[in-house]
Amino acid sequence: MTAPAMSAEDNPSRLRIWLGLADDSLARQKTVRFGDASAVNPGRIYSICILAALMALWIVSSAFGWVKPFYWPTIGGVADRVVRLATEGYRNVALWEHIGISVYRVLSGVFYGAVLGVPLGFAMGLSSVVRGLFDPIVEFMRPVPPLALIPLIILWFGIDETAKIFLLFLASLFIMTIAARAGVSSVSIAKVHAAYSLGASRLQIMRHVILPNALPEIFTGLRTAMGVCWGTVVAAELVAADRGLGSMIMIAKNFLQTDTVVIGIIIIGLIGYGIELLMRWLEKNLIPWKGRD
Amino acid sequence: MLSRPDAVNGIVVDRVSMTFAAPGGVAVHALDKVSLQIREGEMVTVLGPSGCGKTTLLNILAGFLAPTSGEVRLNGHAVRGPGAERGMVFQQGALFEWMTVSDNVAFGPRMAGRKRSEIRDIVELLIDRVGLRGFGQKPVYQLSGGMQQRVALARCLANDPDVVLMDEPLGALDALTREKMQGLVLKLWKETGKTIVLITHSVEEALFLGERLIVMAPRPGRIEGEYRLPFAGQALEASAREVKASAPFVGMREEILSMIWSMEDQIMTHDGARDVR
Repeated sequence: MTAPAMSAEDNPSRLRIWLGLADDSLARQKTVRFGDASAVNPGRIYSICILAALMALWIVSSAFGWVKPFYWPTIGGVADRVVRLATEGYRNVALWEHIGISVYRVLSGVFYGAVLGVPLGFAMGLSSVVRGLFDPIVEFMRPVPPLALIPLIILWFGIDETAKIFLLFLASLFIMTIAARAGVSSVSIAKVHAAYSLGASRLQIMRHVILPNALPEIFTGLRTAMGVCWGTVVAAELVAADRGLGSMIMIAKNFLQTDTVVIGIIIIGLIGYGIELLMRWLEKNLIPWKGRD
Repeated sequence: MLSRPDAVNGIVVDRVSMTFAAPGGVAVHALDKVSLQIREGEMVTVLGPSGCGKTTLLNILAGFLAPTSGEVRLNGHAVRGPGAERGMVFQQGALFEWMTVSDNVAFGPRMAGRKRSEIRDIVELLIDRVGLRGFGQKPVYQLSGGMQQRVALARCLANDPDVVLMDEPLGALDALTREKMQGLVLKLWKETGKTIVLITHSVEEALFLGERLIVMAPRPGRIEGEYRLPFAGQALEASAREVKASAPFVGMREEILSMIWSMEDQIMTHDGARDVR
């Protein structure tokens, strides 16, 4: 049997494959596609179409004044406002400062949460006493949404910076504890046995076997904690803050500045997405062995 | 450590019993007064149907389990826990996948605080010996199953243990790789002169590698028979396939196989179709 000649149609360009207009050569020869997730291409062409269509709709509706700016701002108005926010800031606070303070709060909260949560999770994975002591607390706090703690934290700490970072610390603490404990539990007994048979001490097993083995789970925890804290910080700033993206859109709402509200929401979405991409990138580069056991 | 007047070099398994309560409160007699002597430098293979206690026995030798009664002595000293003088090679999943091949092999000497230059020499020698020259800097997760087991062997030998315990080390490999690796195990045994205790499910492997074969039976776990084997020595001169196809080898294989099958049949009639594990 001779191999069939590859015509232009058989061999689509890389661009067409990237856009999802054509499948790659393996996927094209699969007869079972429905139910095979690897045969579903990303369909980027449709993503581009929907974004273009939404933009077009916004431009047209702005030009003809279909929606009152009170409900949804015009695209020109938003563009103007972006420029003014970037140059003059909002309510005497530069835009980058609003963004920066929100990001700073999230990073601090996750940092403290990890610094306390990871050792706690390790101890819970390695010692019955610690597990017994903290299990009820961790299991009880896990399903409580961090936002429900805001009133209590305001009563304890007022509304200053400490209060917000403490809230985010709590939000990430339990996530990190559970992740670290899961990481410790996931170490295969063969690895631990192998290390003991190679003469390693308990401390060496902790440092060279259990810790690296738990890193993938810890990283997944960090990613989750980042996401949760980003959502929590915005909500916390909505309640009580004079700076930060959440406070910016809340104040803008009070002055009926819909354009600033929309810009704030877009920035929150973009930064949340950016954090996720960064964490995925870090994970790929720092823990290349993940899932390769 | 205890030293005994009857101390001999090698391993002494002295009336070792192991009983534990299974879920439901039923007592499981994994091992019942098992006694065994393995002299220094001997290659012993252990064979038996599932549930005969061979893995339990190996775990007791390694020091991961303490016997209910009896004791295990190595060179006259009672085994009380895991130690560097008893190296272990597992079926799979025991390599440290966050380390390179070299770092895995270097693990034992590094934990012992050996000098850097010494460690480098040991690692180079052993990577060479298991046929992995040029793969030292590779992450282990990029290697095939057979190559991973080569790393496991090198890592164990790098620590220069007195005894190497192998828990179905080739059990997860495909048939061709498995034959190739049997040759490597044999070669390493000859080169290093280590005492090796190897557990396997494969009758052919047990016959081919062992100087002595221990056949175990279940319920309670015990030693059913012992055989002196000539094949490991022959394989160093003749090719492995020749040895495995020779009349004495085939005859012995069928004898052992029928013995194991009759044990399996007994278990089946006792339990009906229930899984004996």
